[in-house]
Amino acid sequence: MTSEFNHEELRKQIESGGAEKYHEKNKERGKMFVRDRLKELLDDDLNVEDAFFANCMDGSLPADGVVTGIGKVNGQRVCIMANDSTVKAGSWGKRTVEKILRIQETAMKLELPMLYLVDSAGARITDQIDMFPNRRGAGRIFYNQVKLSGRVPQVCLLFGPSAAGGAYIPAFCDIVVMVDGNASMYLGSPRMAEKVIGEKVSLEEMGGAKMHTSVSGVGDVLVKDEHEAIQYTQKYLTYFPENFRSKPPVEESKSPESFEKTISELIPENQNAPFDMYELIKRLIDADSFCEIKRNFAKELITGLARIDGKAVGIIANQPRMKGGVLFHDSADKAAKFIQLCDAFNIPLVFLADIPGFMIGTKVEQAGIIRHGAKMISAMSEATVPKISVIVRKAYGAGLYAMAGPAFEPDVTIALPTAQIAVMGPEAAVNAVYANKIAELPEDERPAFIQEKQKEYKEDIDIYRLASEMVIDDIVEPDDLRKALELRLDAYQSKNLVFTERKHGVYPV
Amino acid sequence: MELKATMAGNVWKIVLNEGDSVEADQDVVILESMKMEIPIPAESAGTIKELKVAEGDFVNEGDVIAVIE
Repeated sequence: MTSEFNHEELRKQIESGGAEKYHEKNKERGKMFVRDRLKELLDDDLNVEDAFFANCMDGSLPADGVVTGIGKVNGQRVCIMANDSTVKAGSWGKRTVEKILRIQETAMKLELPMLYLVDSAGARITDQIDMFPNRRGAGRIFYNQVKLSGRVPQVCLLFGPSAAGGAYIPAFCDIVVMVDGNASMYLGSPRMAEKVIGEKVSLEEMGGAKMHTSVSGVGDVLVKDEHEAIQYTQKYLTYFPENFRSKPPVEESKSPESFEKTISELIPENQNAPFDMYELIKRLIDADSFCEIKRNFAKELITGLARIDGKAVGIIANQPRMKGGVLFHDSADKAAKFIQLCDAFNIPLVFLADIPGFMIGTKVEQAGIIRHGAKMISAMSEATVPKISVIVRKAYGAGLYAMAGPAFEPDVTIALPTAQIAVMGPEAAVNAVYANKIAELPEDERPAFIQEKQKEYKEDIDIYRLASEMVIDDIVEPDDLRKALELRLDAYQSKNLVFTERKHGVYPV
Repeated sequence: MELKATMAGNVWKIVLNEGDSVEADQDVVILESMKMEIPIPAESAGTIKELKVAEGDFVNEGDVIAVIE
């Protein structure tokens, strides 16, 4: 008996996705069709696709609203799930969920990166018994994500909404790229918020791409359109091995961009003056190799992937231009995730310290700065990849600890000749130690006294004295820093450690 | 548009005054906090309609420093 279906017709119908009006609507919003997204992202389209015919008996739900399969990015195989928002707004039915689970399980078996191209309204409430509560219901997607985490890279490209439970797909990924104006994440829609808690709020304000990449930190990268999201992802993946067992691919070494101002001319002598850390980073890394993560969130700390002498590195740098480079709860949180990301995939860490310490005051204590700071220090301690700590200008107080100070087993601590390491800066220290004495002195004698004591203090923390005590391992001229980093990264490449034996630590989250 | 303090600190220096025009990213005031100079730049270009702080004032994170039109 022959089937009532004409294979070629059916194939065409499924390949074209949902009704024309939904394609039109997407086009108006600058959204590509799911299969066009895949063509643009992958070297050569999907190489294999699974359950293409899922739910084909229904007739109105092509591929059941999700495309899954394996393709290549930069020549490296990746597993993919991609929602089709022309099919019932990309919502999830029983087969949608099963397809997502199966491709995740394939990623687990093959130990390949897992990419999530999300554009979905969430669960089909009408199908809830089939797709929500059971062992292979939607909850299993998140369970699988947690299991995949750190084993293979997981990337979310957020092209549209990820609503309610669906908002957890991005949350469990290593990185979330959000398209401005279209991408959103929220547990309850604005309509639901008004009904249930009485709040009137716009979608952009509550769950938009700008908000999540600058305020909540749930999103990592803000892009203007889908093309930019795809380009960013392609670049991002060049820094990663396919799984935790291998090392990141090495590219041809490039010199840093050239600038008129040298590093020594760039760094202000005055410890308290702001300077732009991006200027230093550019002078240390291979030209055009910076791939920043969370650029718009907690800007007092810069985190990004880069290359030095062709090798992938993770850069963690204080930014004195923003909030004085002081660490806050959000920047500590940002650092903790970035350190874990790099450590999971064998990417060495380079810390560029220029830090007056952790922020103090009521606001940050109420925000839990102590536990967020502890989280950063936990992640940094646990990291077993090569860790290079550079004291650029200063590292005061717990700031020294957080930036992989000598007690945290960095492979090396390098300081520039003008750097200062101390419990606190000279001004604060003299005030703290001699407050009573200063108050007793006649006013006209105070400045000379303070100056004298500050001078003594500075001698006490002189960087050559610290080198003599072997607190730091080397003092490097600013303009030789790039070369020093090249040599150090080369020297430590065989590092292979287990941090400690246990089930897992108890994180101060 | 309101220009807000990015962190708690004392107003160390008023760089621009009421009526001055301001470029995007140009510093309006500089705070002193954690012994560091903390520049507070305008987010976009305009004119400083109102300056809400004086040198030496304490500002908390989120306090309005100036109104820019």
